[in-house]
Amino acid sequence: MAAADVATLHNGSEGPRTRWKYLDRILDRPGPFTDPESFVPGNHETLEIAKVLVIGAGGLGCEVLKNLALSGFKDIHVIDMDTIDVSNLNRQFLFRAADVGKYKAEVAAAFVEKRVKGVKITPYCGKIQDKDEAYYKQFALIVCGLDSIEARRWINSMLVGMVDGNDPDSMKPLIDGGTEGFKGQAKVIFPTMTSCIECQLDMHAPRAAVPLCTLATIPRQPQHCIEWAHIIAWEEERKEMTLDTDDPEHITWLFQKALKRAKEFNIPGVTYSMTQGVVKNIIPAIASTNAIVAASCCNEAFKILTNANPFLGFPETDGYMMYTGDESVYTYTFEYKKKEDCPVCGEDALARPLQIDPEATLQEFVDSLAERPEAQLKTPSIRTTEKSLYIQSAADYERMTRPNLEKKMKDLTAEGEEMLISDKAFPMMFKFVVVWKK
Amino acid sequence: MMKIWSMKKQQKDAEVAAAASGKKKFSAADLRVIKDLEHLSLSDTMELKRELDNYKNFTLAINPDEGMYKGGHFEFAFEIKPTFPYDAPKVRCTQKIYHPNIDLEGNVCLNILREDWKPVLNLNAIFVGVQYLFLEPNASDPLNKEAAEDLKHNREGFKRNVRAAMGGGTVKGESFDRVLK
Ligand SMILES: [Zn+2]
Repeated sequence: MAAADVATLHNGSEGPRTRWKYLDRILDRPGPFTDPESFVPGNHETLEIAKVLVIGAGGLGCEVLKNLALSGFKDIHVIDMDTIDVSNLNRQFLFRAADVGKYKAEVAAAFVEKRVKGVKITPYCGKIQDKDEAYYKQFALIVCGLDSIEARRWINSMLVGMVDGNDPDSMKPLIDGGTEGFKGQAKVIFPTMTSCIECQLDMHAPRAAVPLCTLATIPRQPQHCIEWAHIIAWEEERKEMTLDTDDPEHITWLFQKALKRAKEFNIPGVTYSMTQGVVKNIIPAIASTNAIVAASCCNEAFKILTNANPFLGFPETDGYMMYTGDESVYTYTFEYKKKEDCPVCGEDALARPLQIDPEATLQEFVDSLAERPEAQLKTPSIRTTEKSLYIQSAADYERMTRPNLEKKMKDLTAEGEEMLISDKAFPMMFKFVVVWKK
Repeated sequence: MMKIWSMKKQQKDAEVAAAASGKKKFSAADLRVIKDLEHLSLSDTMELKRELDNYKNFTLAINPDEGMYKGGHFEFAFEIKPTFPYDAPKVRCTQKIYHPNIDLEGNVCLNILREDWKPVLNLNAIFVGVQYLFLEPNASDPLNKEAAEDLKHNREGFKRNVRAAMGGGTVKGESFDRVLK
């Protein structure tokens, strides 16, 4: 049973833990499914000191923050770069009309802090990319409620890259929720142990795209006219300008173009807000789907930290729960297998330290790769995030990079830099972190 | 959590700690595009022109050795977005050519670039798809309607127009780029 539901009924006048009476029933004694090896009865501390990060303070984020606070989490951080828009108010219930224009993370944090006594919520108004490993390292787990695949992939590769084989604390469970209309999913990822966002990339439904020729020759829907303006007319007439979907002038231009085209083909229904929706790829959000997915994410967060009950995503068990509500209701929980050749979490893609003699030449380094028993790469291509050091996959790149062979490693790379080594003969790539040999 | 960690230890012995904190990392899109580029199998009729350290923008040239476009040299600018391979690359013909599936601005109508794109597809699949447009131009998916009409109703006339356009000539008042090799 969700602790959150009952916790709100008791507002703490009969003693400090009265509010958490029902929560304590879960924390103080094991249930029939509790793993006795991991569960410590009466441990209230874990929840209270655990620092958790919520990424996104939008539709899902509001639900997640509320649920975590009402489930006994006390130290919550939240990141969101967005400000509140009028259109958010129908479902992002921590915001009021007077908050329009303010940062979501700040307003959400203040609201929940005020409503649930004793919880501390620390907002950061900015991008997840602003923060580094040291920042993400401080959390016990991370709950994501994002609408962008790009941000998901970024945090995923950050968390996979952070895992250090000697430090159990470096593996941060990632609980990822997502919704699209009546559909949604909740999944738990143990970076490097279970399949990651990148492994699951083909599970993310691609944008519903209409064939270009349909847009160009036989538009049938108002959306087709908007896409035509977006893809074809803009390129034809405003090639020199980069389309900014947040610029009202740009949206107005597209809207006018789409409207004109719709008239030619007798298609009604093109509006400004539809133009905005199509161009910015806005997917209709349904408050209740957000609530279902967020609730499921928060229960998993609670179970992972307290070990009160088995949780989603334990290695070699189911880790992915999908909820389909657009045709009656269907849910399915399954194990999404880790991809061996995943470019982010695949065995060879995990950045391992590589001891390199800074005084050695690149030629000597290349030779050593052929000898290393774990590599045995005869025709390696080597690149760092900064530049290509030696590329053998095509003759002209080989010629261009050949002068580097005489240079010393210390002049080509730096300690801590990522180095990618591939060989046309093998499907995988090896990712290393440069460590100077002392 | 400790229980999960102990499974990790069994799964693989620990590697030494990484010293990479704070350094720039390869993005997931970078890794995927490098992987795709490293494992291309280009046929003799394809050329890839790429600056050494630029994975995000490159040019594919198709030199058909059969079919109606034989003897031409067609260039396509590829733009890889940070969302690759979730999103397909943006592909545009940089020359003005006469082709039923490519419009005068260089937009390309190829199913795997839009409605049929899937992250499991790779750059090689797109290259082959683009090349196929020159072997089998498709009149039923037109982007250049006039060229498609010609192909459908007057195949010989279409062939003549292709030759004229490839030579830098004019077809129905529209002048084209010279693309003969
Ligand atoms: Zn993966």
